[in-house]
Amino acid sequence: MRLQGRKIYKGHAEGEALVTKDGISFYGGVDPDTGKVVEVGHELEGQSIAGKILVFPTGKGSTVGSYTLYRMKKNNKAPAAIVNQKIDTIIAVGCIISEIPCIDKIEVDKIKTGQQVLVDGSGGTIEVK
Amino acid sequence: MNLTSDEQDMLTGKHGKAAQKAMEILTTLGEIFNAQRMVDVYSVQIAGVSYANLGEAGLEFLNEMAEDGTVKVLTTLNPAGMDRENWQVLGIDADFAENQIRVINAFAKMGVITTCSCTPYLIGNIPHFGQHIAWAESSAVCYANSVLGARTNREGGPSALASALTGKTPEYGYHLAENRHGQVIVKVNAQIKGTDDFSVLGKAIGDHLITLGKKIPWIAGIPSATVEELKSFSASIATYGGAALFHMDGVTPEFDRYPKPVGNPIDINPEDLEKTRRELIDEGLEVDFVSIGCPHASIHEIAKLASLLKGKKVTKEFWITTARPTKRIADEAGYSKIIEDAGAKFAADTCCVVAPIKGRFKGMMIDSAKACYYGRAKNKFKVKIGTIEECVKVATE
Repeated sequence: MRLQGRKIYKGHAEGEALVTKDGISFYGGVDPDTGKVVEVGHELEGQSIAGKILVFPTGKGSTVGSYTLYRMKKNNKAPAAIVNQKIDTIIAVGCIISEIPCIDKIEVDKIKTGQQVLVDGSGGTIEVK
Repeated sequence: MNLTSDEQDMLTGKHGKAAQKAMEILTTLGEIFNAQRMVDVYSVQIAGVSYANLGEAGLEFLNEMAEDGTVKVLTTLNPAGMDRENWQVLGIDADFAENQIRVINAFAKMGVITTCSCTPYLIGNIPHFGQHIAWAESSAVCYANSVLGARTNREGGPSALASALTGKTPEYGYHLAENRHGQVIVKVNAQIKGTDDFSVLGKAIGDHLITLGKKIPWIAGIPSATVEELKSFSASIATYGGAALFHMDGVTPEFDRYPKPVGNPIDINPEDLEKTRRELIDEGLEVDFVSIGCPHASIHEIAKLASLLKGKKVTKEFWITTARPTKRIADEAGYSKIIEDAGAKFAADTCCVVAPIKGRFKGMMIDSAKACYYGRAKNKFKVKIGTIEECVKVATE
């Protein structure tokens, strides 16, 4: 299945999808040293997002979150790519400075956790295998 | 987006790596928000300065940008995690201090004026009515848009830095007149006086904005307000309501420039303000820390503190947080000596929101609702809001 979205940041990535219906706050909500979601009550609480194709509706929280993504990239704990329904500034800027492929305008419920996904950031497309 | 040849050159790397990364950030944001073009900015205020938030990776990013990046416009800096001169007296540890100075040095290398203040408009970074700027720091954004009539979106640390390195910002949001219209009328049916009162009002209105999902209030019933009161109000309504712009009938410069909002007004009555004030006082509070200066104290507030503290001795830790240039004026005017003789401490460059003081105190008293929010959430203090006079009274009991 091929889905057309919009390019936010260029680059190709392939990996396992991790999907949530909750928004993500990288500042305070994700531990940059372990890559695990630490927000209490979050659907992904306790799970690692490192190396995953991370699929969620939109970002939330403090603008410091862009730097948190950058820290995760430097720690090799960043997601391989980010797929959003509606991009927000924090996630967009975080992906640009960390060089993480990113697209938006994709319906989150079209993808299931565990599926193999190919992301083409430049073309704004994803392929679900 | 339509880019000029100069902007295109930055994007393709002809002006260096830092300018290229900066232009990538700005054009991407412009495309997300459907901007047609870039506009020149008069000045920039950068946030994301405390080492506690940036960490080693954030610092690495700043150092990478500083390799060949230089600011193109007047650029000032948000508060850091400590006073650069007085950090030992304030109990900040040496490792943190060293790392904080590395952050400030990276900004200085890019030509940023390292003011470390959330009130750039009090110390020379002051845009005129209608000018485009790119500011981070939510309280200063709200003050600049509303009180000065300048135009800025709520920038984050990296996007503000990108504007500093290029002198540009994408034209969308609050840069366009059509997005600056009031969205809901707020009638204040009470007398509001002093920074704490305005701060309580900011939370009361801010809470309504969140419920309504609206951002720009048009506020009636406030006959006049001082710079200090508007500074306090801006911080509070930005913290609790996410507001970047308000209009105040007869007080702010754009109050009659756009069509007035229609629909049911929000009424703010004395009992609403009483309720909001009670929400800013924790049960079982024992005050062991008093602070004034959220946002950073003006010279007028410091003069008032000097007159209140003259000849007294504080019995609790008492911080006055302010911008270093304001502190220098206080030194020259003799206020600093009076305040320090009373045992209170100046914490320039920093504040009780960003300093690494989590758990160091049990109960904080302050005249700012914004400081109450972060005192609770970030530093795990119990809090109480009060007037400046009440704060000094408690500090000297």
